[in-house]
Amino acid sequence: MSPTAKDKDTVKAFWAKIAGKADDIGTDALSRMLVVYPQTKTYFSHWKDLSPGSAPVRKHGQTVMGGVADAVKKIDDVSAGLLSLSELHALTLRVDPANFKILSHNILVVLATMFPTDFTPEVHVSVDKFLAALSRALSEKYR
Amino acid sequence: MVHWTDKERSTVRAVWEKLDIDQIGPEALARVLIVYPWTERYFGGFGDMFTATAVLNNSKVAAQGKVVLKALDRAVKNMDNIKGTYAALSRMHYEKLNVDPDNFRLLADCITITVACKLKGDLSPQTQATWQKFLSVVVEAMGSQYS
Repeated sequence: MSPTAKDKDTVKAFWAKIAGKADDIGTDALSRMLVVYPQTKTYFSHWKDLSPGSAPVRKHGQTVMGGVADAVKKIDDVSAGLLSLSELHALTLRVDPANFKILSHNILVVLATMFPTDFTPEVHVSVDKFLAALSRALSEKYR
Repeated sequence: MVHWTDKERSTVRAVWEKLDIDQIGPEALARVLIVYPWTERYFGGFGDMFTATAVLNNSKVAAQGKVVLKALDRAVKNMDNIKGTYAALSRMHYEKLNVDPDNFRLLADCITITVACKLKGDLSPQTQATWQKFLSVVVEAMGSQYS
């Protein structure tokens, strides 16, 4: 299920269109994740405000989308490219990998709401495969 | 029994009223076949589904998409007994159609994405939460008669 060359081209082309809104995408995706899947709030008990669009949510959304942007740049070898992020998630953050799927789903929902005409089924499948590869790369060092 | 607040009921109705079944149904089914191509195993007689374009132009896919979304209307109208509403349909998908129930979850996700394209900003985080709760009850009901 790894992204093909065609998937990678699709992702890069779509990313070029949406990169300017990366911060908004990150904020919205994270906001939705915390509301729609309340169990994910357990990872952020140290935040003062978990409501949609709050300051900590905005800041963390930026961080997450920065990681996605990096993965797009290193799309030809996501595993190698995200090695330090992988170690961070495995050894320090220890986020249950099931949550990568949850956040990925919410990123897809946000892309659909913000770019309804560009987020065609073909773009949808390529982005989904890319996010799955990203999630696999982040889970690499877990055990 | 699933508990629905008044707000959740009105949210599901409000989302449903904004949807054109004849548009959303075909698109949601096309998405599930394109994004999760193994789902094509259940639609052997539908002809050409080899490319995304073929799926999107396939009239049988479009017709079946409308059938599926029309069936979802029954859940909207019977939120207090979604399990009972879909008992026979669940049994049919199990015994006659041999559908792996995980596919209901995949289709639900594609319906949500299609709805997101249509509603855009109107699909607030809270609305999304309620809509997904509704679909998860539908998915569970569709798997309920598998034994």
